[in-house]
Amino acid sequence: MQLSDSWSPSDPIVSIKNVHKSFGALEVLKGISMDIMKGEVICIIGPSGSGKSTLIRCINALNDIQSGSITVEGQEVHDPALDKLLLRKKVGMVFQQYNLFPHKTALENVMMAPLLVLKEDEDEVEARARKLIKKVKLEGKEDNYPGELSGGQQQRVAIARSLAMQPDVMLFDEVTAALDPETVKEVLVTIKELAADGMTCILVTHEMGFAKEVADHIYFTDRGVIVEHGSPDVFFDNAKDPRTQEFLSQIL
Amino acid sequence: MLDLFTEFFRQVAEENPRWNFIFFYQEIQAGKIWKGIQYTLLLAVCCVVSSMVIGVLGAWLQRSKSMLVRASVQGYIQLFRNTPPFVQLLFFYFALGQLTPTYSPDGWLEIPIISNVGWAVISLSLFAGAFNVEIFRSGIEAVPDSTQEAAEALGFSKLQTYRYIVFPLAFRISLPALNNNLVNLVKTTTQAFAIAVPELLYQCVVIWNDYPSAQYPTMLLLFVVYVSMVAVLVFGMSRWETALRIPGYDH
Repeated sequence: MQLSDSWSPSDPIVSIKNVHKSFGALEVLKGISMDIMKGEVICIIGPSGSGKSTLIRCINALNDIQSGSITVEGQEVHDPALDKLLLRKKVGMVFQQYNLFPHKTALENVMMAPLLVLKEDEDEVEARARKLIKKVKLEGKEDNYPGELSGGQQQRVAIARSLAMQPDVMLFDEVTAALDPETVKEVLVTIKELAADGMTCILVTHEMGFAKEVADHIYFTDRGVIVEHGSPDVFFDNAKDPRTQEFLSQIL
Repeated sequence: MLDLFTEFFRQVAEENPRWNFIFFYQEIQAGKIWKGIQYTLLLAVCCVVSSMVIGVLGAWLQRSKSMLVRASVQGYIQLFRNTPPFVQLLFFYFALGQLTPTYSPDGWLEIPIISNVGWAVISLSLFAGAFNVEIFRSGIEAVPDSTQEAAEALGFSKLQTYRYIVFPLAFRISLPALNNNLVNLVKTTTQAFAIAVPELLYQCVVIWNDYPSAQYPTMLLLFVVYVSMVAVLVFGMSRWETALRIPGYDH
């Protein structure tokens, strides 16, 4: 089932048009627009405070917007009449701090939303959850609590938890920022596999090597606007805007 | 064996005029003590359970969108936390008790629909409940917003988030403080004595009014019973705490 009847898979799965967002007097998004096609991997990069995280939080309506429009599968996300549940079935999200439910085991974390929200059959959900845990290479950790897992393992459980809802789009909000360098890789590998499977992924990230390798399209944001965007080759080697060049020179 | 026991205390009473453990050898007095213990337990259990229900409900209502609801909960907390429980009890029984309807089973006697035991349970539950709301509220505040946000992003409704995520975590965080408040509550049930609830203190006073020689022993008995009751409560609560402990979780 798709969110809007008028949408066809050849249209952008996520379409952001001239979005403005303020926290009080502070305007953090000043007219952002982008179209994301099904199966694309998008990386949003930029300095801290440039509004990257806010932008992807607006896509699944964790934050509201002041003006503009965001559609997922043709459905306006910020339509007050929209049942948020429908949106959240379509859009999965993974957070910087994992945000697992600490009182539930890894398996329970993955199973909870399909059971409670989608009211699916328990045996089916469990089978799917076990498969997902295997997919993120955490076999044997099903019965461990988040507190017993490393940061990288917790983040992979969080990815599996999101995937259990069988979303069409996945949002990743600086998912490796809180991890030890040696566990960053295991999480990135998981995301890479997901992208290879054809999942539409929107990532806010500081992992430039990863962005270069996996992204179909890169957006560079600064102070609430998109400064520059393009395919990784063009973006990393031939950045035109001085702000992009400065940012890249600092981190590459 | 039992004869030996009663004989011993009869002997003690004869030899020491101030140490008349009369409830150990006179069945009527033993019966009063037993009845008193039953009423004390009844009060304790009813008040503990309903004050916890009030606490959970109040903490839930404090998250309400309506200002009026939040202000009412706040008003309730301020009133019941900042006035003496004894005064509350007297107010409920003597003031509100006058206003409650009565029924008359024999067409002669007027019996109020809420008995003194009922008023004691209501008043003490509201008193302890006010503290429990605050205890649960601080537990809820200790649950990170980001955890709730994750539930929200997975499509949980507000009620589901509260029931499956916030409450179980907040409850664990609240248990030690809850434990303290419930211990206090169990001890405060003795105040029901003032409105003639036949609980343990009431029965003890009845006994030592009849037998002044039994005053020290009944006081001693009071201490022993309350120490044991609280010990059982604390033991139960700490077992509960252990059972709810999450491996690898700091709280």
